[in-house]
Amino acid sequence: MLRRLSLTALLLALTGTAVAGVLPDDRADILYHLYDGGGVEIDGPSILVRKKVGKSISVVGNYYVDMISSASIDVITTASPYTEERKQWSLGMDYLHGNTTMRINYVSSEESDFDAETVSFSVSQDMFGDLTTLTLGYALGDDLVRRSDDPSFERNLDRQTYSIGVTQILTKNLISTLNFETVTDEGFLNNPYRSVRYADLGSALGYSYEPELYPNTRTSNALGLRARYFLPYRAAIEGEYRYFTDTWDIEGHTAALTYIHPWGDFTFTGKFRYHTQTGAHFYSDLFSRSEATNFRGRDKELSALQSYTFKLKAAYEFLNDDGNNWGFIKKAKVTASVDLLHVDYDNFSDLTALAPIGDEPLYQLDADIFQVFFTIWY
Amino acid sequence: MNKRSTGRILLALLVLMGLSACGPIEPWVKPYERDKLADPIMALDGDAVSTAYIQHVYEAREGARGGEGAAGGGCGCN
Repeated sequence: MLRRLSLTALLLALTGTAVAGVLPDDRADILYHLYDGGGVEIDGPSILVRKKVGKSISVVGNYYVDMISSASIDVITTASPYTEERKQWSLGMDYLHGNTTMRINYVSSEESDFDAETVSFSVSQDMFGDLTTLTLGYALGDDLVRRSDDPSFERNLDRQTYSIGVTQILTKNLISTLNFETVTDEGFLNNPYRSVRYADLGSALGYSYEPELYPNTRTSNALGLRARYFLPYRAAIEGEYRYFTDTWDIEGHTAALTYIHPWGDFTFTGKFRYHTQTGAHFYSDLFSRSEATNFRGRDKELSALQSYTFKLKAAYEFLNDDGNNWGFIKKAKVTASVDLLHVDYDNFSDLTALAPIGDEPLYQLDADIFQVFFTIWY
Repeated sequence: MNKRSTGRILLALLVLMGLSACGPIEPWVKPYERDKLADPIMALDGDAVSTAYIQHVYEAREGARGGEGAAGGGCGCN
């Protein structure tokens, strides 16, 4: 089961960054993605098409598929490997009026045991000679959680997202963006399949499992800053930082550094990203007894952890807008990237090691993430 | 970040916006000086479909979400 879809942010991503005053370029992208790590393989396509209609409207549509084959550490210790498919589509519209751009979007996601719908609205305003763009956004999500082994099980999950962002041109070579986002969830937030581990002297292993139980609400705040600088030669460098906190006592810091270097018709990108977080207050790798606390979870993503990603990306523009007649196509490129992800968990044991209770090694995750996509502008 | 911290940040943003409304601000980077900013390598999110995907992965593998300007999204795949 795929869970906790934050479709709101996905919508914001697909509709572009805070740029008012002009409509986005007409373009189409067809992407293949593959995630391979920790016993999980997820792949599928994503197709994005954007087209202007008249001078003030741009419409955008996206179709995205995740095909999952999972034998993750969670699954092999408490359940059976499974396959799953998630299909998602979205439709949106940008309306430009003077220096103001208004966007509305709808996204729907379906899988065998989880449905999600989100509607979002945002408005961007260019100010101060187009040096500043202010964006306000709101989104409302409505999810339905089910169990594949229990047709009578249905739980709701509602989500609201409030965001404010400022994109600022600081100098001839430097642009930055500051974004603040609050997300509130209310409803069934835990995974209906996942279990927590508790000490049980009556068990041969020394521990047993019981269903996890999360609070019914969560509110998170995230403040992110990005700045990109054009170097003295034709290349760019970008720094990012994000501070995150929520009512589950997760506090996170994320930082990244990116270098972009064009060379002829190629553009090469290298990026390093680091993330660290504390664990949720109701998380434990091993509870002292059954129902030891009011809320309990053993989702490794809620553990204290550090993640490291190294990315390499290359893009090749094989059609240019240089006077050649390529029909309706103005230019085209192909892009390939690989992200190498490593996660160290501070408080999540690898139970497959079959070590004595309390002596299990900490789990580590390594994943390779591949993307290949074609883009045409028309 | 508690509610008080959130309030302070919002207040600071409002004060900044209020101050900037006190008088006309001359653009200190003229339109004809923005050629480097218009270079595709300076686009903060040049490939939305790719950014959306990778943020989806991060949100599935980490406990944090949002605030990154262009993207987010994710699932908590088991």
